[in-house]
Amino acid sequence: MSNEIEAIKDPGLPAHVHREADTDPKAEKRAERQVAILFGISAVGTLLLIFSYVFIPQDLFIFVPVMGDQNAHQLGLGLGMAISLFFIGMGAIHWAKTLMPDTEVVAHRHEFRSPDNEREDFVKTVKERAGTVGMGRRSLIKKSLGAALGLSALSPLLLLRDLGPLPGKELEKTSWKTGTRLVTDPGDRPILASDLEVGAVAQVLPAVAEGSHRALSDIGKDAVLLIRLRPGDFQLTPEKLAMTHDGIIAFSKICSHMGCAVALYEQQTKHLLCPCHQSTFDVTRGAKVIFGPAARPLPQLDITVDAEGYLVARSAFSEPVGPSFWERNSQ
Amino acid sequence: MTNVEKKLGSVANYVDERTGAAAWMKKNLTKVFPDHWSFMLGEVCLYSFVILLLSGTFLTFWFDPSQREVTYEGSYAPLQGLKMSAAYASTLHISFEVRGGLLMRQIHHWAAIIFMAAIVGHLLRVFFTGAFRKPREFNWILGVGLLTLGIVEGFLGYSLPDDLLSGTGIRIAEAIIQALPVVGSYLAFFAFDGAFPGEAFIPRIFTVHVLLLPGAFLALITIHLMLVWYQKHTQFPGPGRTEKNVVGYPLMPTYMAKAGGFFFIVFGVIAFLSAVASINPIWLYGPYTPGQISAGSQPDWYMGWLDGLVRMAPPIETHAFGHTISWNILIPGLIVPGILFTGMALYPFIESWFTGDKREHHLLDRPRNAPNRTALGVMSLTFMMVSLINGGNDIIATHFDLTINQIMWGTRFGIFILPPIAFVITKRLCLSLQRADRDLVLHGTETGRLLRLPHGEFVEVHAPISPEKAWTLTSHEQLPALELTETDARGVRRPGAIKNKLRARMSKAHAVSVPKVSADDLKQIEHH
Ligand code: HEM
Ligand code: FES
Repeated sequence: MSNEIEAIKDPGLPAHVHREADTDPKAEKRAERQVAILFGISAVGTLLLIFSYVFIPQDLFIFVPVMGDQNAHQLGLGLGMAISLFFIGMGAIHWAKTLMPDTEVVAHRHEFRSPDNEREDFVKTVKERAGTVGMGRRSLIKKSLGAALGLSALSPLLLLRDLGPLPGKELEKTSWKTGTRLVTDPGDRPILASDLEVGAVAQVLPAVAEGSHRALSDIGKDAVLLIRLRPGDFQLTPEKLAMTHDGIIAFSKICSHMGCAVALYEQQTKHLLCPCHQSTFDVTRGAKVIFGPAARPLPQLDITVDAEGYLVARSAFSEPVGPSFWERNSQ
Repeated sequence: MTNVEKKLGSVANYVDERTGAAAWMKKNLTKVFPDHWSFMLGEVCLYSFVILLLSGTFLTFWFDPSQREVTYEGSYAPLQGLKMSAAYASTLHISFEVRGGLLMRQIHHWAAIIFMAAIVGHLLRVFFTGAFRKPREFNWILGVGLLTLGIVEGFLGYSLPDDLLSGTGIRIAEAIIQALPVVGSYLAFFAFDGAFPGEAFIPRIFTVHVLLLPGAFLALITIHLMLVWYQKHTQFPGPGRTEKNVVGYPLMPTYMAKAGGFFFIVFGVIAFLSAVASINPIWLYGPYTPGQISAGSQPDWYMGWLDGLVRMAPPIETHAFGHTISWNILIPGLIVPGILFTGMALYPFIESWFTGDKREHHLLDRPRNAPNRTALGVMSLTFMMVSLINGGNDIIATHFDLTINQIMWGTRFGIFILPPIAFVITKRLCLSLQRADRDLVLHGTETGRLLRLPHGEFVEVHAPISPEKAWTLTSHEQLPALELTETDARGVRRPGAIKNKLRARMSKAHAVSVPKVSADDLKQIEHH
């Protein structure tokens, strides 16, 4: 602080101003009544809550201006509870503000730092006590204790090992194999190439044996989108073009960014859009990323038709589907 | 003595004879609490936490934390016959069959939102007033910890019902874990007991949500409040308020009644919101399945900034030696938030390093009197706001007739450009406010009354301000910048010259101010 310049003086705590209720018995009575009224309103709220719980059926809807159709049971319970709680609070605060002491009180602070002699004493004590253990001299004990403590920390880690299996090649595999039929989701019906008109999209899954159960973990990797364009619309390499069938192209539906379902298809632009972070994929160019944070195109599934004319996978996905991971070979 | 007084007396006697608590209790019941509206933000945090405990416990009585597949047969017709997880089915049961269940779900969710908003508001209050300075650095760090835990707890909470929206959130969390170099896929498989989504995750996060984290909250909040109690509350500068005292109302009865009443008000307001404003209507989203998604997926607001950062990240991955590193996930999902939160936690130490101020502070700063700090705070807030806006880019696009493309590119540039601009503007604004304070003390307030001088000129009459006000506007200290020389006394360059230079520059920036009015200045004016 600059000491040469004289600062403006602290005038000290302003004098206490009395409230009306402190001096006027009538005002005091009035305040008391106001507090009681507030508590009374709260009680009415509780009554509303009880009434709504017991008498208003759970499926009764009423029209409330501004809010539209509202569930009367839910609204009655909520408003009743809100009133009953809010006005207890208002009552208490009004009571404190009008009738409880409002003189400001001054209390003193003390510095937290201990006096120097106590600090010295403390350091001395610690040194003395530590000296009796001889930690400094007994380095063998010190080192072995350190090692033992460190090692013992491994046990909780080890004990958590059975939380789950090792990933192995799990992230790289899907249920699609050579000849797996594409079936509609929902419905589980096989699909003829002619079922799909130009411009149409369909979500498909690999066919499973009748009555067998599809785990969500499988759907999370297997979901595929079929889109039919005019064969001339594609701008693909010959290999990628060979993976389509008659204008029908199949992509993994699991976003290559963070795995959301890429669900929005814009017919006009032939773009697929992921609603999670808006990565946008151009269908005509093999789901190349044209916008957003995704760094890889959606993997393309090689499809053809079987003897009966139903769409099938010609082979499994040639790369892992979904978000990236360390072991993924993306070159 | 009234009957009640007699009874209270004998209870006090009973307790004191067994614990010797009388002296301690007397001291604490007369403890003084300063009053200011912004001190209520911390209270809102505490009260909404209590409300979360109460409403959450209610929900556990019916909620079934299981991903076992069931067929829905409840009263909500549109979903009847659908296959779904028991978690989702039981949340529908709470919403439609348990009387008051939907209200409790809404109260729980609204309380979570207000809890997080109050934490952020409280943190800002503490930051902008410099309440984090010595001796309160521990409590600042505890606060940053509580904020972080709150974000995690809230995320786990809205993941529990296993609807289409929350499942999508879990999917993204899994992708972040999976993106960690080297250990990612292992951690993901451990967390999910195999491939996503599996059947283990919801039961596991349920334990974390209702036991582990609430326990951690209780412990941290207790320490936080014990420290506030022990160190005594800070106070704003004003007449009679010094570094050595604390001025306010005694705990019993005034503060107790106000604080107790305020708990009911917070609960009442949350109940009111829950009654009239629908939140997370999970029955509209449907059960989770990885092959589907609801358009316009939005997390709760306290996750929104993170989502916004992820959305604006550039599409960069490194592919080398048969491995993949997803910078597009790691940078916005882990690295940037990590830097932000670490910087925030360490800020008290950083500031005292460059001001060289190691003294205790119990009087708060008015934000304008610490222009650099205030500007830094507004800069960080701007960063968060830009991210948050991008987190809602799809919603904003439809509301304001913009394309997502425009918002995305706007925020990609904005995140770099706007925060520094905000810094400069805020700093200037603070200095102008200081100047305005100076003028006010020197020349008083404008009265609007015009006075005609003998030679015809009109002047406005200024009324001097009260001594109390003058003191409030001038009692802050204005520390000079540290004098850090690059060379020591013998002309030898000091080690760590770059560090020193940085420190000197920050110190200088921090010390910029409009000189406050002194008593001498006032005397001079009087002579004119
Ligand atoms: C700081 C603390 C907490 C936060 C931020 C929080 C947040 C949330 C959120 C946002 C939800 C989703 C609600 C919905 O829309 O359905 C939720 C669900 C849930 N929470 Fe909490 N919660 C907290 C503490 C607790 C505690 C202490 C318990 C129990 C003792 C609890 C039990 C539950 C249960 C059972 C659910 C699932 C039921 C449902 O969603 O309807 N929570 N939590
Ligand atoms: S998950 Fe599809 S864009 Fe992020």
